[in-house]
Amino acid sequence: MHFSGLRVIREALTGHKGWKPLWRNPEPQPAYDYIIVGGGGHGLATAYYLAKTFGRARIAVLEKSWLGSGNIGRNTTIIRSNYLLPGNEPFYEFSMKLWEGLEQEFNFNAMVSQRGILNLCHTDAQRDAFRRRGNAMLLAGADAELLDREQVRAMAPFLNFDNARFPIKGGLLQRRAGTARHDGVAWGYARGADMRGVDLIQNCEVTGFRIDGGRISGVETTRGHIAAGKVGVAVAGSSSRVMAMAGMRLPIESHVLQAFVSEGLKPTIPGVITFGAGHFYVSQSDKGGLVFGGDIDGYNSYAQRGNLPVIEDVAEGGMALMPMIGRARLLRVWGGIMDMSMDGSPIIDRTPVEGLYLNAGWCYGGFKATPASGYAFAHLLATGRPHETASAYRLDRFARGHVIDEKGVGAQPNLH
Amino acid sequence: MLIPHPLLGLRDAQEFTYLGDAALLNRPDGMAEGAEAAFAEYVYLRDNPAGVHRELWFHEQGDRSWLVVTRDTTTHEILGAELARDVKLKGGAA
Repeated sequence: MHFSGLRVIREALTGHKGWKPLWRNPEPQPAYDYIIVGGGGHGLATAYYLAKTFGRARIAVLEKSWLGSGNIGRNTTIIRSNYLLPGNEPFYEFSMKLWEGLEQEFNFNAMVSQRGILNLCHTDAQRDAFRRRGNAMLLAGADAELLDREQVRAMAPFLNFDNARFPIKGGLLQRRAGTARHDGVAWGYARGADMRGVDLIQNCEVTGFRIDGGRISGVETTRGHIAAGKVGVAVAGSSSRVMAMAGMRLPIESHVLQAFVSEGLKPTIPGVITFGAGHFYVSQSDKGGLVFGGDIDGYNSYAQRGNLPVIEDVAEGGMALMPMIGRARLLRVWGGIMDMSMDGSPIIDRTPVEGLYLNAGWCYGGFKATPASGYAFAHLLATGRPHETASAYRLDRFARGHVIDEKGVGAQPNLH
Repeated sequence: MLIPHPLLGLRDAQEFTYLGDAALLNRPDGMAEGAEAAFAEYVYLRDNPAGVHRELWFHEQGDRSWLVVTRDTTTHEILGAELARDVKLKGGAA
């Protein structure tokens, strides 16, 4: 089933009887060459690129709940590549380029909208840091523009430029950044993978790994044993729990991050605006809701819900930045569980268990990375070598001292 | 969340800052054999359990004591709190 404008017209004229389910609901086979644990964005993208780009077959994705039921459906949908460090920026720019061609690539409307992201600065030192980051982005082939106060005012006249503590002095703008429809991304990858023969097996929780002589031979699941040549784990939020079944401890703490959406409003926010100093960022969905958030709650959690003090903190940040938000009513608040890694950067690597691979530690930046994470993880699974943009995301980088610490706060996950 | 401070009674968790797993009380011996590997593990690796978790909270906006709080990470229910000093003197957080 190919999606196109012509198809929409034809279906409209014939009573919409030709639409089919986007994927099958297969029974698990006794054995696969590749098993991906986790049917979220990264897992589905991995299966998609493994089948399509790397031409592999006999692939299954095992998901304990329904597809896309974790963080791919709980994030605030921002895509961007505005990182500083050489271990990160080429990877995120690779992801940005994949986003730009994604809908044509997998023939599905992911509502990728390059409406721009604006990071606000409030001091000369912060502007210098933004200039440096912008230059790092340009060197990696991304786009970046440093805006002065009046240019920011022209874009977003509703901001409070004269806040006593954080007056707005300018901003770093990435025009190619923006938002995407998060569920659509999961569905597009799932459909694309299914069309290429990947078995997407839902309600199938992995309960253990079968490891013989240091090599993986399969997984135990709630639907029985499934043999596998290679197993890739992409279960951010639960990585420590899953990898503990293989006897591993990870450089990760699980933390809850809350997100918010207001009632639907007329178009008012031009893109994504971040107010890092005030723990607040905001964009507006195509339905009109203001989608916003702040920092993680800051303590280990697997609860998928946070506490009120952070809601208050985020609301205060919003009021400080754009006082008009006080007139909007909050519609929903929810939480997602983040793999907070020890340096704030992810892990895409093999593990000490032969044939077992790990994709984890995305902190609260996993959504934007979905295409490149899937691509790089598929590259690693298919070829045994890291993708060139993901070669710094090694599991042993902590012990070796090669951390990728964008914020420079050290091994303190709740500060990243 | 309210933390039952052993000296001050129930205190709002907002008065505290969070450090992490109470196993951080068990600092390795830097002079021992294999200290480098032991420190890499101490600094970077965590059990990160879903369920009961013993963790260090600092009463920054209060009496500036360190507590070991026992909390369920799946529900945020706080099951108890001790002075970290007492825990350490009893031999550390197992």
